[in-house]
Amino acid sequence: MSRSADLHDLSRNDRMPLTHVENEELMPLPEPLSNAERQHPWPPLSAQCVDRYECGLDDTCAVNVPQPKTPEEEKKLVAQFLSGLDKLFDKENNWTFLQPLLLTMEHCTGCQTCAASCHIFEASGRNELYRPTFRSEVLRRLYFKYIKHGGLLSAWQHGRIRLNWPLVARLVELSYRCNLCRRCAQSCPIGCDNGLVARELRKLFSQEMGIAAKELHEQGSMLQLKVGSSTGMTAEIVKDNIAFIDEDISEKTGIEVHTPWDVQGADVLLIHNAGEIMAWPENPGAYALILTMAGVNWTMSSELAGYDSINYGLWYDDAQLARVAIKHVEAARKLGVKRIVLGECGHAHKALCVTADRLLTGDLNIPRMSSLPLLRDIVMSGKIQFDPARNDFPVTLHDPCNMVRLMGVVEPQREILHQLCPRFREMEPHGVDNYCCGGGSGFAIMSGNNFTDWRFQVAGRKKMEQILNAFADCIGPETQKYLCAPCSNCKGQFRDMLAYYNLWEENRILYGGLVELIVNAMVDVKPGFIEWEWR
Amino acid sequence: MTMAVYLALYGGLGFFLAGCLWRIYTYARTPLHLRWELYPVPHEEPGRVEHGGSYFESGDWWLSPQAVHHRREWTTMLREILFLRGLWEFNRPLWLPSFLFHFGLYLVIASIGLGVLSALPGSLMHSPASAFLFSALVLACKWAALVAILLILAGALLLLYRRIADPALKNYTRPGDLFNLAFFIAAFALLGAGLLQGPAPMKALLRGALHFDLGARAAVVPSLGIVLASLLLAYIPFTHMAHFIAKYFTWHSVRWDDQRNPRNGPLEHKIATSLRLRPTWAAPHMGADGKKSWADIAASNPAEEVRK
Repeated sequence: MSRSADLHDLSRNDRMPLTHVENEELMPLPEPLSNAERQHPWPPLSAQCVDRYECGLDDTCAVNVPQPKTPEEEKKLVAQFLSGLDKLFDKENNWTFLQPLLLTMEHCTGCQTCAASCHIFEASGRNELYRPTFRSEVLRRLYFKYIKHGGLLSAWQHGRIRLNWPLVARLVELSYRCNLCRRCAQSCPIGCDNGLVARELRKLFSQEMGIAAKELHEQGSMLQLKVGSSTGMTAEIVKDNIAFIDEDISEKTGIEVHTPWDVQGADVLLIHNAGEIMAWPENPGAYALILTMAGVNWTMSSELAGYDSINYGLWYDDAQLARVAIKHVEAARKLGVKRIVLGECGHAHKALCVTADRLLTGDLNIPRMSSLPLLRDIVMSGKIQFDPARNDFPVTLHDPCNMVRLMGVVEPQREILHQLCPRFREMEPHGVDNYCCGGGSGFAIMSGNNFTDWRFQVAGRKKMEQILNAFADCIGPETQKYLCAPCSNCKGQFRDMLAYYNLWEENRILYGGLVELIVNAMVDVKPGFIEWEWR
Repeated sequence: MTMAVYLALYGGLGFFLAGCLWRIYTYARTPLHLRWELYPVPHEEPGRVEHGGSYFESGDWWLSPQAVHHRREWTTMLREILFLRGLWEFNRPLWLPSFLFHFGLYLVIASIGLGVLSALPGSLMHSPASAFLFSALVLACKWAALVAILLILAGALLLLYRRIADPALKNYTRPGDLFNLAFFIAAFALLGAGLLQGPAPMKALLRGALHFDLGARAAVVPSLGIVLASLLLAYIPFTHMAHFIAKYFTWHSVRWDDQRNPRNGPLEHKIATSLRLRPTWAAPHMGADGKKSWADIAASNPAEEVRK
């Protein structure tokens, strides 16, 4: 099968994948994963999936777009796509990103500088289909043909393209082969943004055609707007869980913790990614302990979405982004808090602090900040006594793209780690040059068909290499190692990816958040907050 | 012949300026977009810019005014424009041809500037010192032009080679890209050939164009060079080669745009204007019927409506 997919292949009428991802062609991994025995065979898509859904791109399927039954249906879908394309370049419909999109459409020189920055392209063994400019070039040609109404001269200048349903169907899937980490945009000499193109395509499919990954839309933002959280937890359930966590943390640490709810006029409204409450309860517990001990006047909110900071609209839909952001600030407004502080969730940081900054006006315009500077100030203030010797194990730090490259919160977490973790070591590259964990843009919660295999073997591969390199001097099972990821989605990816490669069982690499390391080093807390148990 | 050369020159310049203004207008009139910056942002505090940090690194950032260090922003831009720092850092193999090509273009601009200065009326050059300055200007203009043409030709030929020989570039090279480079090579080869015949005819034509002197003699090769270069000039703003304009927007208005939106601040008005726009996106969850504004849609809850 062709590894060097051509742009014109996207319009191929058959439903055969344009490329196969073969293990031996992927970027090699360092020890202990250099051994072929620790690689996983590529599981094929089920016959049911191939029969029902559009799977003509590669060996996986992320979105499950149903196959149209008739040529008329295909035509209708293509017409919808064209209508959406029109709206993508229209001020009324896309004021939110019109300028950066136009600039990206009209000025890419095709220099391919971005390709070297893309972890997916590199990890795939430079598979042409995953080149950052591949999907952008498709959209660019469609733009010049259908929006600028270019004729033969335009086709000669900008390239030819044949629009049909197979192209649209493959483009849906292709828009979900990018983590939106925007490392490629950082390296573009012109400033074109292939990450934005992937997002805008997702947006077109969602806002015009009602096509989106179900984990992001139905089970994500829609569920959050319905019950308050994409986890499905209502306020009552969250309160119950938090009460249980408080009890557990109090017992475990020897310090009484009581999470305050709906405190009018509090200084801080803390909003966690509710996934933490379900999957990693020690994280919200650690926050509660730190804020309590530091004497911060804080609260959580039981308003709709006020207890779940996730905002999946950031990855695929502007309306959903705005709706959820408004729910978050409405919760703060009702309580009259001074500021919203976000727990360890990268995309929630980016969505509420940065992107939504141009959506919120008047009394909805409430200060919003990352919890990391607050934690740094607490750690450095001397209000709490720490014993770094309690964290005397190798620690490395993952930089969540949304928090670091896309928001500029780089140093607070490092100041804490340098202060509390004597064996802290950086990954290379790090900071704003970091690589995505491979779970970005919603992939960490997308697990349909065999997409998880693609997520670990391709999207997460570069990060896996970085982690193993960071612990190269102590990779054996005799040393317990801690991968610190101050982001819920990244942690989800690490949990699944470390398990996939059996790196806890065989190499003792554990993952966790930042606050867990802070509490683990507190002198007043019973030793052993980090339990070195897989979860 | 002379008139034709002048018309090509004036027309080329006119189209170029009009095309550039049209592009600037097109991008500048787009609404304020959502924040989409990338770090590092060079106008941040010096202590933060090294590691790519933002004001979000400080607690209570909204209590102090936003510091913007323009000097650093402009020095970053200058390094990028003059030395193509981005390519140097991220795509070294492409740096040399691009640098030669772009630096050649800057020298052309410098040469034109020097040429215009040296074409000022002789009455301004009455003292010995100004006569010396005049000679120096002419010499500098000539050498800048020669070096510029050599650099552009070398850069364009190397770029052309890479576009044809490098599979990664080849796959994304459209016929128009090859034409653009060939256009540069042809125009500057003719200009170079004209200059090699002696600078006087070229000088006479340019000086004549400046004063609209129809008596200037138009030699064939320099005239063809000027006509082709004028056509090229007119063509550039209507292609992706106008990235010298785009780059201002992609860097200042997108990549580095971290302007805060304080309550009752200047941005709120612009945002409110955009929120009054009426979208027509067709997916059911949007609830966009062309009558509801973005503000109405953002305040609605499709999940709640489903529940009813």
